[in-house]
Amino acid sequence: MISTAFEYERATSLDDALAKLAAAGGAGKLIAGGHSLVPLMKLRLSEPTVLIDIANIPDFAGIREADGRIEIGAGTTHHDVAISALLRARCPVMAEAAAAIGDQQVRNRGTLGGSLAHADPAADYPAVMLALDADFHLKGTNGWRVVKAGDFFQGMLTVDLAPDEILAKVTFAPVRAAAYAKLHQRASRFAIVGVAAALAVSDGTISSVRIGLTGASSSPSRLENVEAALTGRDATAGAFSAAAGIAGDGVEDLNEDIHASADYRRAMIRVFTRRALDGALARIAG
Amino acid sequence: MAVAAVLPKLVGQRVKRREDPRLIQGRGTYVDDVKIAGMQHLAFKRSDIAHGRIRSIDKSAAEAMEGVEAVFTGAQIAEFLDPMPIGTPFPSPEHRAVAVDTVRFVGDPVAVVVACDRYAARDAADAIEVDYEPLPAVVDPEAAMTGQSAVLHADFPNNVALGPLPSGTGVGRKGAVDDTAVEAAFEAADVVISQRMVNQRLAPSSIEARGVVAHYEPGREALTIWSSSQNPHILRTFVSRMLGLGEDRVRAIAPEVGGGFGAKINIYGEEYVAAALSKRLGLPIKWIEDRSEAFLATVHGRDLIAYVELAARRDGSVLGLRMRIIADIGAYNMLLTAGVPTNSMTMANATYAFPAIRATLTEVFTNKTPTDAYRGAGRPEAAYFVERAMDMLARELAMDPAELRRKNFIQPDQFPYKTHMGAIYDSGDYEKALDRALHVSGWEALKAERDAARADGRLVGLGLSMYVEICGMGPSSTLPPGGWEHSQVTVERDGRISATTGVSPHGQGNETTFAQMLADQFGVPLDHVTIHHGDTAVVKQGIGTFGSRSQAVGGAALHDAGTKVKAKMAKFAAALLEAHESDLVFENGTIAVKGAPASAKPFAEVAAYAYRPIRLPEGLTPGLSDEAFFEPKNNTYPFGCHIAMMEIDRETGEPRLSKMVAVDDAGHLINPLIVEGQIHGGLAQGIGQAMIEEVAYGADGQPLTASFMDYALPRASDFPRFELDNTVTPTPVNPLGAKGVGEAGTIGSTPCIVAAAVDALSVFGVRHLDMMLRPEKLWRIIQDHESARSFDA
Ligand SMILES: Cc1cc2nc3c(=O)[nH]c(=O)nc-3n(C[C@H](O)[C@H](O)[C@H](O)COP(=O)(O)OP(=O)(O)OC[C@H]3O[C@@H](n4cnc5c(N)ncnc54)[C@H](O)[C@@H]3O)c2cc1C
Repeated sequence: MISTAFEYERATSLDDALAKLAAAGGAGKLIAGGHSLVPLMKLRLSEPTVLIDIANIPDFAGIREADGRIEIGAGTTHHDVAISALLRARCPVMAEAAAAIGDQQVRNRGTLGGSLAHADPAADYPAVMLALDADFHLKGTNGWRVVKAGDFFQGMLTVDLAPDEILAKVTFAPVRAAAYAKLHQRASRFAIVGVAAALAVSDGTISSVRIGLTGASSSPSRLENVEAALTGRDATAGAFSAAAGIAGDGVEDLNEDIHASADYRRAMIRVFTRRALDGALARIAG
Repeated sequence: MAVAAVLPKLVGQRVKRREDPRLIQGRGTYVDDVKIAGMQHLAFKRSDIAHGRIRSIDKSAAEAMEGVEAVFTGAQIAEFLDPMPIGTPFPSPEHRAVAVDTVRFVGDPVAVVVACDRYAARDAADAIEVDYEPLPAVVDPEAAMTGQSAVLHADFPNNVALGPLPSGTGVGRKGAVDDTAVEAAFEAADVVISQRMVNQRLAPSSIEARGVVAHYEPGREALTIWSSSQNPHILRTFVSRMLGLGEDRVRAIAPEVGGGFGAKINIYGEEYVAAALSKRLGLPIKWIEDRSEAFLATVHGRDLIAYVELAARRDGSVLGLRMRIIADIGAYNMLLTAGVPTNSMTMANATYAFPAIRATLTEVFTNKTPTDAYRGAGRPEAAYFVERAMDMLARELAMDPAELRRKNFIQPDQFPYKTHMGAIYDSGDYEKALDRALHVSGWEALKAERDAARADGRLVGLGLSMYVEICGMGPSSTLPPGGWEHSQVTVERDGRISATTGVSPHGQGNETTFAQMLADQFGVPLDHVTIHHGDTAVVKQGIGTFGSRSQAVGGAALHDAGTKVKAKMAKFAAALLEAHESDLVFENGTIAVKGAPASAKPFAEVAAYAYRPIRLPEGLTPGLSDEAFFEPKNNTYPFGCHIAMMEIDRETGEPRLSKMVAVDDAGHLINPLIVEGQIHGGLAQGIGQAMIEEVAYGADGQPLTASFMDYALPRASDFPRFELDNTVTPTPVNPLGAKGVGEAGTIGSTPCIVAAAVDALSVFGVRHLDMMLRPEKLWRIIQDHESARSFDA
């Protein structure tokens, strides 16, 4: 639990952080809340020689709504997402997922950007980002780029984020009828299975639905078969229950560890898909 | 003169812990806060394989690193440090603090670095190259007993460390075994319950891991050793012996200790190595365990398998018990390792007047971290095995589990009760505790609630368990280092009271409870009393804190020392007041003649007089300080009844505890608030074992739960509100009537929670479940049933 030696620098702006990253060559690493990076460093699984702290960059944290879209700064802590009145009113699924992360200490330090950039296969936010079809705004030395959540997560701890880029913010259209349901791993509190579902219902009929899955396999994914089965159907518990029966059918490379076997995970995908859909529907009424 | 408010009696009051403000504010001084000029730091290179022969160690790169003072291999350490001693009279293989030629578990040290700081030490340890010849590893104790997959120690065939050791009915003192009574019991039985049960391995997980600072001063030829220990006096004895120093030349200090749970009784290799290297190099040396090391290098607890058989009549009278225990003790014997599972045999009688019992114990080496004491140390396992069997019997006979217990209890008029296992239970009234728990929990209403939930298709269950355990460890015949305690009480010149105690608290709150006792005894305010502990230069003698002995043994020594000083002080006061010493009252910071409050002399004035006695009363010496050793004639045997209610999520298998009632009888309580705190902590760990804790190893001996990301500790949010109550059955073995309560919560809770889970799943025919209650395991049971049902349909 003793890291190797490193230098510590504090960035004052995104450009400053990028410049410091460039100056460090390949040996630099951004640090935000440190709640994924520091544990790895303590186990010497990550040995950066320069840490560039981005947590204090002005305007890097914050939640606002503009032009019908929600924008969350990458430096926003899980705690601030969890207690955001704006999110609770307009897009409660985000606050719900944030509140389900780890414990209070983790939520006080960990950030949205850090979680998404690190992309732990059992992290909560990725499922929600997929369900909300969020845009990720990346800043690099050559300027800005926007990547869809669905394209960002590419595989086990792999994301579409270059070493010289910073995830600056996330934007999405708020969905009130969306919910997150999670089976906690009892030691770490990460997701054994986490499912986020976002519904659009008109006149009782599902006009569109997006379902994001995390925890079950090496990287987050959409449950497209369930989405297809539900689109155009009546939004009822019965329909959800039936459609959830095929959830996870297409998911390959299910995770397996001492906490949960692949079989169990597959079964839980169905349970939590149904629970997320039920939760989303309940929010239409509420 | 304004009359001061009368000081209330404090014993029995819910006084807040005096030690908490400094601990909560981060103002405590722990081992890692000790800093000495020139201090060097140790890092251990540890084996990353479970079993192997060391072919070679290349430490040249490490030695060449900046800041590195020295690097020692196990073979080099062995040149000046003997193999580690153990504290039990059982056979033990040679155990080197740093492995010499063979490593036997992941975490076994192979080399040690001395460097200028922790970072340099760690970097250098990483740079040491060890070449191993891997050997097959064995992690299953029953496989280990065949000796086929691996043998850990050449002189212990089939990896059997001890046993099979029989005890119980018909076992003579010299080991002769007469099975007639036990066999007759089983032959006469209408019903026999038989079940293999696992009491799984746990990581004690104190919030402060271990640490040691050793400072040998060559000029004085003396060593001071700070260690996160539960028993500095025992540490002093062992370290002085290993270093070839007299005990007069070793000072052991346990500063603030952030939890121990039994794991800090043991004297560890790191402590011997730090001390020996400090002496050899003439430098102060520090070693602080990190959390990853703690999972590997600090002893684990439990890890017993028992084959339990219970013979009974249809009416519920139990005729006999058989319990064959296999203890997986890991790779080596540590200080108390071999003794801990013998407690499980000792407590096989539980709260019942069983007519015949046969217990046998076999201890087995495997390629895992050694086990040793962990909160309860053998008693939770015994309670678990017996109570699980009783629960199964109740189910088999369709009897209320409470009524089955009631039918078999040892009765109040049978105490002191000599058990088949050689214990003499001091006092008890088990039915009273049972009835209290039934009442407090609303047992009948809970049953109705469960049945209603069941009718709705919910998986709800109720569990009940009794326990009796061993506390207040003494006399010396039962405890190798000695079964007594020591205390010195001094009334200072200014009337303040300093007292020392040989028990060494690490969460027990003795600075508060002991001060309450002395404040009452001398009639002074609580904040005029200071309790000193944990430093062998200040506390002349002691044994330490474990086995819930602080209050029952340490408290009694304190009481006796206080009584002596008070008697002497009364003589001085009598001289001042021209009264008879037996006519005095110590009250409200004064000493007065009974019935004549106007005569009162301030306590401080009498104290000052005792230190400058002009004139010295006849037959007295100056000063107010005296000591007492107290050795009880017997252990104490607290008991209780715990009740739990649980619901299991039908879809996920997740268990949720919805009710936890604990009725405990620890005799007289000095401070009910602290007692409740001890029970809360104990319940947390008992619930942890039942529901979420488990140390797991792969078949190759690799640990699978080596961090808190995988080893689950319960959180406050996992618990319902604890509902506590107590009965009071004082013990006759000490003047306080107090029994001890440190471990009770872990002992009663575990079996009743498993019983609740079994009850919840009994609709599927479940009779027993092994811990812990992993959701997937429960889900599979539900799933198997539901798929069978749909198949039937
Ligand atoms: C005990 C514990 C329990 C946890 N439980 C959960 C849980 O239940 N659910 C869950 O989802 N997570 C959980 N986490 C992880 C937690 O959410 C982390 O905070 C989060 O994954 C990382 O965010 P951070 O700000 O701490 O990132 P850091 O640790 O600072 O950084 C993580 C990585 O992302 C990079 N990075 C950080 N910010 C950016 C950025 N803006 N742009 C580009 N790269 C960046 C860093 O260079 C680093 O590689 C847990 C963590 C702990 C320690």
